[in-house]
Amino acid sequence: MSNIHVTTTVNGDEVEFLCDPRETLLDALRDKLNLTGAKEGCGTGDCGACSVTMDGRLVCSCLVLGAEAEGKQIATVEGIADGETLHPLQQKFIEYAALQCGICTPGILVATKALLEKNPDPTETEVRYWLAGNLCRCTGYDKIIRAVMDTAADLRRAS
Amino acid sequence: MSVAKSLPHDAARLHVTGTARYVDDIPTPANALHLAFGKSAIARGQIDAMNLHEVKSAPGVVAVLVAGDLPFANDVSPSAHDEPMLSDGSVHYVGQPIFLVVATSHLAARKAATLGQIKYIEETPILTIEDALAADTRFEEGPRIYEKGDAETAIKGAARVVEGTFEIGGQEHFYLEGQAALAFPQEGGDMLVHSSTQHPTEIQHKVAEALGVPMHGVRVEIRRMGGGFGGKESQGNALAVSCAVAARLTGKPCKMRYDRDDDMIITGKRHDFRISYRAGFDENGRIAGVSFMQYTRCGWAQDLSLPVADRAMLHSDNAYLLPACRIESHRLKTNMQSATAYRGFGGPQGMIAIERVLDHIAHDLGKDPVEVRCLNYYAARADGSGASGGDISNQNENNTTPYGMAVEDFELHGMTAALLASSDYAVRRAAVAEWNASHDTIKKGIAFSPVKFGISFTLTFLNQAGALVHVYQDGSVHLNHGGTEMGQGLFQKVAQVAASRFGIGLDTVKITATDTAKVPNTSATAASSGSDLNGMAVKAACDTIRERMASYLAELHQADVRTVRFADGNVIIGETVYSFAEAAALSYQGRVSLSATGFYKTPKVEWDRIKGHGRPFFYFAYGASITEVAVDTLTGENRILRTDILHDAGASLNPDLDIGQVEGAYVQGAGWLTTEELVWDEAGALRTHAPSTYKIPACSDRPDIFNVALWDAENPEDTIYRSKAVGEPPFMLGISAFLALSDAISACGDSYPALDAPATSEQVWATIQKVRNGI
Repeated sequence: MSNIHVTTTVNGDEVEFLCDPRETLLDALRDKLNLTGAKEGCGTGDCGACSVTMDGRLVCSCLVLGAEAEGKQIATVEGIADGETLHPLQQKFIEYAALQCGICTPGILVATKALLEKNPDPTETEVRYWLAGNLCRCTGYDKIIRAVMDTAADLRRAS
Repeated sequence: MSVAKSLPHDAARLHVTGTARYVDDIPTPANALHLAFGKSAIARGQIDAMNLHEVKSAPGVVAVLVAGDLPFANDVSPSAHDEPMLSDGSVHYVGQPIFLVVATSHLAARKAATLGQIKYIEETPILTIEDALAADTRFEEGPRIYEKGDAETAIKGAARVVEGTFEIGGQEHFYLEGQAALAFPQEGGDMLVHSSTQHPTEIQHKVAEALGVPMHGVRVEIRRMGGGFGGKESQGNALAVSCAVAARLTGKPCKMRYDRDDDMIITGKRHDFRISYRAGFDENGRIAGVSFMQYTRCGWAQDLSLPVADRAMLHSDNAYLLPACRIESHRLKTNMQSATAYRGFGGPQGMIAIERVLDHIAHDLGKDPVEVRCLNYYAARADGSGASGGDISNQNENNTTPYGMAVEDFELHGMTAALLASSDYAVRRAAVAEWNASHDTIKKGIAFSPVKFGISFTLTFLNQAGALVHVYQDGSVHLNHGGTEMGQGLFQKVAQVAASRFGIGLDTVKITATDTAKVPNTSATAASSGSDLNGMAVKAACDTIRERMASYLAELHQADVRTVRFADGNVIIGETVYSFAEAAALSYQGRVSLSATGFYKTPKVEWDRIKGHGRPFFYFAYGASITEVAVDTLTGENRILRTDILHDAGASLNPDLDIGQVEGAYVQGAGWLTTEELVWDEAGALRTHAPSTYKIPACSDRPDIFNVALWDAENPEDTIYRSKAVGEPPFMLGISAFLALSDAISACGDSYPALDAPATSEQVWATIQKVRNGI
């Protein structure tokens, strides 16, 4: 099967890559664009480690084909910070020690950012259920929730 | 001082920006090859014929290897040399690696690996405890037995007796980063291996055996793992060896990572247990004697099963002084994945059995289980600091464990009193009873459970560690030690130690990957020992350099060496203040060696595992937790409403990191005992082989209210800055969640809810039916 030429936008930059029609967006990001922030935790859309957004919608990049990115806006964890300046969410995750091994962190940050853009004032329960598809084996989630709630409050105050 | 501060994880910034590199993220040359195993489809038998033609001709396949193609050792066992990496013709479990595919991409290798045509001569697999006992397939010649006093006589002479049998499920590690390795061939036959491993020296050892080279021909490096939990103590061997062998064969870099399904199907898990108990006690609930019969399914190879099963025996007392005790442990060989290390290393299984006994006794007497627990506690620390509410009469019965070790640092009297107060236990227990009296459908339960966990490797010689520290002439410090980082924050804690010894800021200390070429002969980062061992080794190395610098500078200034101080980024000699960088530059110019190794071995430990006697542990770490749950009696579905924890980390090196360990461990422990169910079918195939079928706790399962605090007390033993190990002990705090479910079920009837673990909704529902029917 011949490769497909894909033109897409990742974190605001237009990029092109060639991919096998069966190749996932996750593999294309990692192997073709060297954006290894999204991780493969399960390959079946159950763990959320590969979370990215496509035209603003939160998706598991292991369940999206690379070819589907054609003409879309993709956002990954690598695009959350503004150059050297961390996004408030990233700062709070550090401040709250809301990570341990760190491998679920990129997916959780992408998912949380998508939530806060949709709903700047979520209840704790909304956060807990929004993030229920992002597994973390290390932290027990408490510090993650606290970091998210505090970021949301800060962002509301700032806006 | 940098110690005792809540500083973030050393790589936190890299983690939140997605730039922290794990093994699979390391850039590889375009010619790198990718590996996958072809696996057994049956649980037991012999390979009659193997046709790998289709595998070899599949797109992208470069080579296919079977056992006979391996140039040297075909063994990836960490212990008994009983674990061929590729089948030697016999098959021992569904998922056992039989052949190795080397291909141009990960996907090509995986697809080709499914194309093998293998004809087997099938044999009846040994899957259950009954099967194994009937066939007498076991590790070691027979059961291990540890005894204190005459338990049988004590039980017979007691006023009351409870007995029961308890099934305790295993657990999948579910490190979110699967097993991975990457090998780069070097000149002259040397090999560089990146491996997601808790035990780089073991990887080096097994790769050297497989390549037929001395250990000095292999260098293993690991910067970080995406979780380990014991699952990367020995289970990474097969991937690293495969990569090294394929890299030697092809001359190209080779990478192997297990897809999640392969990871769960191939690698070992926590040992499941069946434990039968009999306990004799008086009308107050004071135990006279206990007898335990432990059966565990170890799977097909020995791996670490003997020390795991030993540790289950060693935690059969948990926090309780047992005047007479007998523990019999059967390590059964079954046709399943080879069960392996998992956080707690058998301790949780041993501990939950005695907690079950205490719970059963309290139910039998109609008493609050907390009261019965406190009555049976070991006596408090001799200096009285852990003593409030303690019962000193226990002192009279030699405060020793069933294996003859004196308990000298018991903290739980004080911790229990503090936690009962902070959690408002008495009021909430009364409220739960009131709720249950007036509600039929939703029942609530509340339970307390303590933890006393022994710290040290029970294989005594493993209690050693090395470090290598360099100070460069600009005053920057390069830190190496044998410990590995899997998220627990070890690197940061050890860096805090180094910064404190030199009196400098952490920004001056470079944390580096664990590397077998820098620190040799390391023990696995396991047994919660990482900070204890490596912190002390780094301290020794830093102190050596510090003394050399101090001596030189003292001589330069004609001052007494004892007056030289290292503080606040400076080195101070009388009136003269040098920055640390200036002091380093001066020392360099004065031809002072600014590089040193450090070494540490844990004192006092001495243990005979056959007799079951001695001091296997340097000290104990303690914890206490209270969990409240609600159960829907129509479906068995349940939720954790509130958890309160008080945990003993000694004088914590980093309270934020330690609390993180406690919270994560509790949730993981609660997961083990509630939603995480491993199911093998009748043919021995694991049916729960992905997150779609195996349920670890999610964000929505976290307790609604979750109060975690550290107990403020120094370790009476001389550990690094008087801290205590914190990796494993809090895992067992999750036992309180299980006991709370049992408590809620007990509100449905009069009989004791003999709840098995994991207490899935189905299990809870079935147990409710039994209790309602008075069974």
